[in-house]
Amino acid sequence: MHLVAPGELLAEGPYFAGENTYREGSKIFASRVGLADVVGNKLIVVPFKGTYLPRLDDIVIGRVTDIGMSGWQVDISAPYPSLLPLSETPIQRGGETGRRDLGRIYGVGDLAIAQVIAFDRTRDPLLTTKGRGLGKVTRGRIARISPAKIPRIIGKKGSMITMLKKETGTEIIPGQNGVILVIGRGPDQERIAVEALYIIEREAHTRGLTDRVRAMILEEMKGKSVG
Amino acid sequence: MLANQQVRLIDENGLRVDGRRLDELRPIKVEVGVLARANGSAYIEQGKNKILAAVYGPREAHPKHIALADRAVVRCRYHMAPFSTEERKSPAPSRRELELSKVIREALEPAIMSEYFPRTTIDIFIEVLQADAGTRCGGITAAALALADAGIPMRELVAACAAGKIEGRVVLDLSDVEDKQGEADLPVAYMPKSNIISLLQMDGQLSEEEFVQALEMSIGACRKIYDMQREALRGKYLVVREETEEKEEITEVKA
Amino acid sequence: MSATHQLSPVAKLEQKTVVDLIAKGKRLDERNLLDHRQLTIMFGKIGKANGSAEVHLGNTKVLVGIKIETGDPFSDTPDEGILTVNAEFVPLASPTFEAGPPDENSIELARVVDRGIRESKAIDLKKLCIQPGKKVFVVFVDIYVLDHDGNLIDAAALAALAALVNAKMRAFEVAEGELTYKDEMLPLPIENHPIPITSAKIDGAIVVDPSLEEEEVMSCRITVTTDKDGKVCAVQKGGLGVVTPDEVRKIVSTSIGKARELRSKILSGET
Repeated sequence: MHLVAPGELLAEGPYFAGENTYREGSKIFASRVGLADVVGNKLIVVPFKGTYLPRLDDIVIGRVTDIGMSGWQVDISAPYPSLLPLSETPIQRGGETGRRDLGRIYGVGDLAIAQVIAFDRTRDPLLTTKGRGLGKVTRGRIARISPAKIPRIIGKKGSMITMLKKETGTEIIPGQNGVILVIGRGPDQERIAVEALYIIEREAHTRGLTDRVRAMILEEMKGKSVG
Repeated sequence: MLANQQVRLIDENGLRVDGRRLDELRPIKVEVGVLARANGSAYIEQGKNKILAAVYGPREAHPKHIALADRAVVRCRYHMAPFSTEERKSPAPSRRELELSKVIREALEPAIMSEYFPRTTIDIFIEVLQADAGTRCGGITAAALALADAGIPMRELVAACAAGKIEGRVVLDLSDVEDKQGEADLPVAYMPKSNIISLLQMDGQLSEEEFVQALEMSIGACRKIYDMQREALRGKYLVVREETEEKEEITEVKA
Repeated sequence: MSATHQLSPVAKLEQKTVVDLIAKGKRLDERNLLDHRQLTIMFGKIGKANGSAEVHLGNTKVLVGIKIETGDPFSDTPDEGILTVNAEFVPLASPTFEAGPPDENSIELARVVDRGIRESKAIDLKKLCIQPGKKVFVVFVDIYVLDHDGNLIDAAALAALAALVNAKMRAFEVAEGELTYKDEMLPLPIENHPIPITSAKIDGAIVVDPSLEEEEVMSCRITVTTDKDGKVCAVQKGGLGVVTPDEVRKIVSTSIGKARELRSKILSGET
């Protein structure tokens, strides 16, 4: 893995141009700042930063910004406002559901864990909260990091996030849009977990990160009355 | 030195007022990621120029009606601080700032893969904190880095530099006194990988031969500046790695 | 015309986190309720200006440039120089700043900074008179917000003060109505050092030097500017929330103490 800038030549020849690269004739170039890598015969660049661009099936955590006729407008930190229709929530409906009732399900400022069920170049993202683990956020603490770093928070086969949850005793739900929900037994556990998340964001591409973060957490947890 | 006092621009050794050779760039310092809130940012010092560039985007288009169906709207604002010039400048945008905002956007937009983000805006802000001629070029150099720092997909970086003519000689990277007294000024923005010029302006008087000479001088300088841009990106993103590796060593020693 | 702003762009749960922490005497960034963020003051960055200073208060960054030019005096103060303070909330500093003429927030900030300098008589404007009734020096204080992470007023006022202290002007002589400049560079006639302390009221608690997240949750803020003798020379309440007289007394008392602390820190070169 080496650091590349837009326009840098990655390779020439029988490779595929993967994420954040582009092909010109027989040459493949980087299109974003990041670390270049090879996956099989596909060249990719793992970016450091970037605005969240929704993808189908992404789990995201968003904030309700408006209540409409039949659903809610949700800010998922993307360049497009997204829509959560009432029909995509597991709410039983009998008769008419007016705006006031919608407001009681989700008010402006509420947070929801949702899944992206539609998004393309011509329309804004569509969300659903039908599904396990989806729905309104009622407690916990929010961390906001660069969406490009979410894979590092999760780690290879979930190794990093499993370690975080175990050592801090918290539940951690990472949204692909960079918004992460941490629910702990108390505010100290939540704070330590959030601190760990920010360290991972800052030092994502360094060696021995998992061990360093675990050491920090154990150090911090020692000083706190746990439980 | 009071205004309107003419000075000799090239001395008997062929050196300029600030000691530079005819084809020498002013000293350049570039830094990436200097602001906390902007999505991407960069700061450049070139001679006495001090220019800050920041990028927000892609973000929701406001107002909605300006959005384009098939790509991002790129907006650019070049602006000078009131204390950036010899005489205080009113903060309200001048006609010059409006013209420069346009040509700078046109210099950067071809490099941006704006088709990835339909119905959004990518906003580029350039603030000149101290001006000493060549600010549109310094602004483009910094803005290209700010765009890259923001993680916006680009075909490549854009570098910019001006050449000109003073006392009958073609020179590189005019300073303010040289621009005011000189015979021509030719700012150029260039993309080295694709060999494309995206900004080209000129005012003054140049023969065809002088024009070509000045153009080639600018392009050569742009290539050097492009290398500096890559170094600046390297510098920003490799520092964390080094810092944390140091920490690792300390932990080992303690154990 | 001033109008109500949009609701806070912060989720209710995130607001609750800030409020709950404060109720326990801590803030998001681990500070105590009355602690400032890290303060750094850099002098003289803009060589072309008569004076300049950049202040970093946490992640908030404000740059101030001073330009000194000549102009006509005001008719009611013919023997005094002119101080004019202007603030630009340039769009690169925050996604909420739009390009355009100063809005009510940047104007309020400029006027609060101005008040602190003027009411503490920080500059002896009489010493900036060239020819009474005809010509005086005009000191332009241009505040440039570069990065908005809360408490712009304190950062701007500190940067303005630092820039004024840093400023130099050509020594001058007036003989027979003729103004001649000498080679010597002199500092501005600075007689006082007004220091602002801004506190935010959050759910009944008072926190000093609010960060951006705290500003988005606060009910109101109060800025108290004190001079080198601990005298209050400017006060400004901002925001829709309200305060009781007791709270005001407490805030003023806290601010005088914090200003004294900050003043000695700055003078001892700790920042």
